[in-house]
Amino acid sequence: MNQKTLQRGNPVSRFRNQLGHFGDVMHDRWMNAPGWQRWIVYIALIVAALLLPSESIGSFMSPDTDWASILFFPIGTFVLLAIGLNVVVGQAGLLDLGFVAFYAVGGYAMALLGTRMGWNFWLIMIVGIGICALSGIILGAPTLRLRGDYLAIVTLGFGEIIRITARNTDEIGGPNGIRGIPHPPSIEGGPVIGDIEIFKYGVLYPQPYYYLLVALAVIVIILVKRWEKSRVGRSWAAIREDEDAAEVMGVPTFRFKMLAFAIGASIGGAMGVLWAAKSISINPNDFQFMLSATILAAVVMGGAGNLPGVILGAFLVAWLPERFRGLQEYRMLIFGAVLVALMIFRPEGLLPSRQRKAELKEGSGGMGTLGAEVPGPESRGEEVASK
Amino acid sequence: MFNDFINQFWPSTIDGLSFGAIYALIALGYTMVYGVLRLINFAHSEVFMIGTFGAMFVPFAIGVDSALTGLALVGMIVLMILAGMLASAGTAVALERIAYRPLRKRGASRLAALISAIGASIFLQELFALVVIPNVFDRPERGRIQMGLPQFMERTELFSIAGHPVRADQVLVIVAALGMMVVLDRLVNRTKIGRGIRATAQNPEAAVLMGVDIDKIIRMTFLLGGAMAGVASALYLISYENTNYYIGFLFGIKAFTAAVLGGIGNLRGALVGGVVLGLVENYGAIFFGSDWKHVISFTILVLVLMFRPTGILGESLQQARA
Amino acid sequence: MRPKTARLGGVLAAGVALSLALAACGGDDTGTKTEGGSTGAAAKSVKIGFMGDLTGKDAGIVIPPRNGAKLAIDEYNKTNPAVKIEFVEYDTQGDPSKAVGLAQQAIKDDKIVALVGPAFSGESAQVAPVLEEAKIPSVSASATNVKLAENGWKFWHRVLPNDGVQGPGIADFIVDGAAAKNVFVIDDKSEYGKPLADAVRAQLKTKGATVTDDSLDPTESDFSSVVNKVAAAKPEAVFFGGYYSAGGNLLKQLRDKGVTAKFVSGDGSLDNGLIEGAGAQNAEGALVGCPCYIATPDVTDAKVKGFADAYRAAYKAEPAIYASEGYDAATVFIEALKAGKTAAEDINQFISTVDFAGVSKQVKFQPNGEVEAKDIYIYQVKGGKITLLGKAAEAKLG
Repeated sequence: MNQKTLQRGNPVSRFRNQLGHFGDVMHDRWMNAPGWQRWIVYIALIVAALLLPSESIGSFMSPDTDWASILFFPIGTFVLLAIGLNVVVGQAGLLDLGFVAFYAVGGYAMALLGTRMGWNFWLIMIVGIGICALSGIILGAPTLRLRGDYLAIVTLGFGEIIRITARNTDEIGGPNGIRGIPHPPSIEGGPVIGDIEIFKYGVLYPQPYYYLLVALAVIVIILVKRWEKSRVGRSWAAIREDEDAAEVMGVPTFRFKMLAFAIGASIGGAMGVLWAAKSISINPNDFQFMLSATILAAVVMGGAGNLPGVILGAFLVAWLPERFRGLQEYRMLIFGAVLVALMIFRPEGLLPSRQRKAELKEGSGGMGTLGAEVPGPESRGEEVASK
Repeated sequence: MFNDFINQFWPSTIDGLSFGAIYALIALGYTMVYGVLRLINFAHSEVFMIGTFGAMFVPFAIGVDSALTGLALVGMIVLMILAGMLASAGTAVALERIAYRPLRKRGASRLAALISAIGASIFLQELFALVVIPNVFDRPERGRIQMGLPQFMERTELFSIAGHPVRADQVLVIVAALGMMVVLDRLVNRTKIGRGIRATAQNPEAAVLMGVDIDKIIRMTFLLGGAMAGVASALYLISYENTNYYIGFLFGIKAFTAAVLGGIGNLRGALVGGVVLGLVENYGAIFFGSDWKHVISFTILVLVLMFRPTGILGESLQQARA
Repeated sequence: MRPKTARLGGVLAAGVALSLALAACGGDDTGTKTEGGSTGAAAKSVKIGFMGDLTGKDAGIVIPPRNGAKLAIDEYNKTNPAVKIEFVEYDTQGDPSKAVGLAQQAIKDDKIVALVGPAFSGESAQVAPVLEEAKIPSVSASATNVKLAENGWKFWHRVLPNDGVQGPGIADFIVDGAAAKNVFVIDDKSEYGKPLADAVRAQLKTKGATVTDDSLDPTESDFSSVVNKVAAAKPEAVFFGGYYSAGGNLLKQLRDKGVTAKFVSGDGSLDNGLIEGAGAQNAEGALVGCPCYIATPDVTDAKVKGFADAYRAAYKAEPAIYASEGYDAATVFIEALKAGKTAAEDINQFISTVDFAGVSKQVKFQPNGEVEAKDIYIYQVKGGKITLLGKAAEAKLG
């Protein structure tokens, strides 16, 4: 991007370009930074995450509802779900409209194993992740041979099937759901952050659960990053860009698509287990389609495929409606308008991955463009040409 | 169990057909937009919802509260269908202009357009719940926004099949829906606009080179799809006599399922898909209970797609692109 | 084209900025917190919360009790009492997880001393343990799920009998009062409708009636598969466990199909919305059971009439579903304040002794939080209006 393009157009598009340029510069600096500098930033981020639930931040961030509570749900929950969905949508390029199904499976695993079998939270977490991975594979086996939008409607259908089956099956509580889900086992006398023992899992204080969520998020982010940089990640990228070509080049596409589904499902499921362990009770209405759509919006809005972007997107999608409770019933109206405006303003997402941005410039958009898109005088194709 | 099926076969078939016809009309909107733009127009559900309120506005403004007969009845039905078409087509065109075209011009991904559609859908629902219904339809009491339509079309029995009555409104739904589909089929296959739509669906680059105004064609596609949803909404309203601001969601999902079932991008597929879905839901409910209806329809969808990955009739009519 | 879109973007951006500013103002309002509301007699006002779905899909069931509660509190504040009540609303949109966050906010920041709600059983199941630990008393005006009372909660109450009381009462009426031996029972698969319908089914069976089942999804609008089953079963009565919005549609579609069986429903359908949804002609004769005594137009009780008039004057609407329960729930706390109890735990102590004639019933609580009164009333739609038929145990269809 040269200086000329930065100054082109009206103020809005100029701002847009400059923002993109700034992002590029920061990204370059980050890529060239030595390892120890990056580690300092990582540690600073984790410390910041641990200090986040403080009241002084909360009074600005959420004047109308309890900040520490919304940090766990919806903010933290959405962030983790978005990271999971990003593996499926952002990295492997599979449009999944029923991601909430895995969250539900995780939640029900915790609820059933915890209340019926009396298992311990940690054990259920491990078993639950296994169950969700398995459910991802079961769901994926018949559907992953489908392409694009067929996959979208089928996953949407599976999401609804899971919810309705839970609602209609009296053996697992039917519409009443399950009550009395045990909390994670507390450790007395653990370290204290701001008057709260962080290993004491009670009812009144959400902070211990939030710290648990941060720990889970750190582990998940490290794993996802490693996968992204490995052969697996490159295979996903290849499948996303052109599945036929990938197949011809010897990538076992079906197996890798299945893997993406299983990993995404495990992350969603892990979050489901943690959420149910905090919630005491769950019921099928907690797993509506709207949640899948919201998480997908978070992923795309943040910048599908780019982890910091996805986290930012999830944070905003979860936080904005809570922050603006003062607007009362108008907040969802504005939320809808903001989604549309953001997609018009930055269709590539707030923090897009470099690859995605390049694709956008070519006009191919990644994951397929809208049909009927012919580079005309208004399209940005010429910019690429002039470069 | 099997006895139940025999007993309820005819009424279920009639209901399945008339509801399937409504699904099919809505599915046309999904299928046409998908054929041209490869976009799931997620906000199409709200196009339907707004159509029901457009149609509702006619009896509301005139102040109908008793049964009509003869010309007055015909006039009312025609006016409601027109109002529904106007409201729905207007919404669809506005959606295209505001929520999709800017994205299209920037070469955005289909995923971004999908999110834009979801945002627009939330916005329109809330707009109706908070602004339009309380003010236009005089329902200031928040939360109570289910709207009933006074019954102006008597539930006359026209004829009966095996002892099961078939009502006039059900016949109206099926006949009107079929009529609209024939009109649309003609429009797409015989007129210049239709040729433009087909050409764009096949190969937009070539269509532009041949002098097709692509923006206009896309606008027309949304307009036609919206108008079909408008007809569906008026027919639905006459038959079921109620609506609310969140009614679109379920219809949207089902109609999209119908479109995929029949073969998305394929006009006749939408008809087949809608009718199959309507029938399967009603037959399935006899065996498994009405609470399993959605599960039944989605299971059928998965099964069909496993054996025919492009739906019952395939994407053939408008030549699918890889 | 580009400048136009940009202008649109600008307009939207301005809108967002405006809303930000608005929100900031809103924030300032709530920012002035009255500290130490629960510290005792020194306080000039206390905060009482209301929690429920105020803007979501089911808001129609929650706004009337909110209005009822607000009415009681406004009336009380007008008498210029020593301790005024500040009414704080918490909109959960029916999402239990959000309800928990709001409850924390209510406890820690707003320091409420009592809560009317949560409105739904799902929310109650998650919020009640939090309130229990924070020792804040709550009285729900609409959560009827049986299981809620089985948790040993000391601070949780509800001002209406649960579904386990209502269901058998209605079933008795169907068999004895309405003389129906072949009954079709439909539920809406909700946390409210399913247990209620199950209770009706169980009691009908012990009374020797023939029961046929089906369920519907209340978000749908076409119930033809259910209606076809009813038509095939040829029952004498149909019971529907669910809310009035689906109930009205169901009743209409039943009558459209020529099903003339008596239509019976529970408290969730006791609303003019049932008549509106079904059409006055179709709704004529429909029966609705309720563990409540409501302000029907033909009501003679002066207290109930007075409430209905005040409600109409304040909200320009008929008192709808759970409105009188909301009023009574708030009155419980008002009584406590009148008795000089301003701290949360004192109020809870007082609630266990409370015993007054409310609008909907005699209000007196059992140790597990359930209300004592167990009377079920049957209402009937006559001439497009809901009228009282009598107590379920005594009412007879003429």
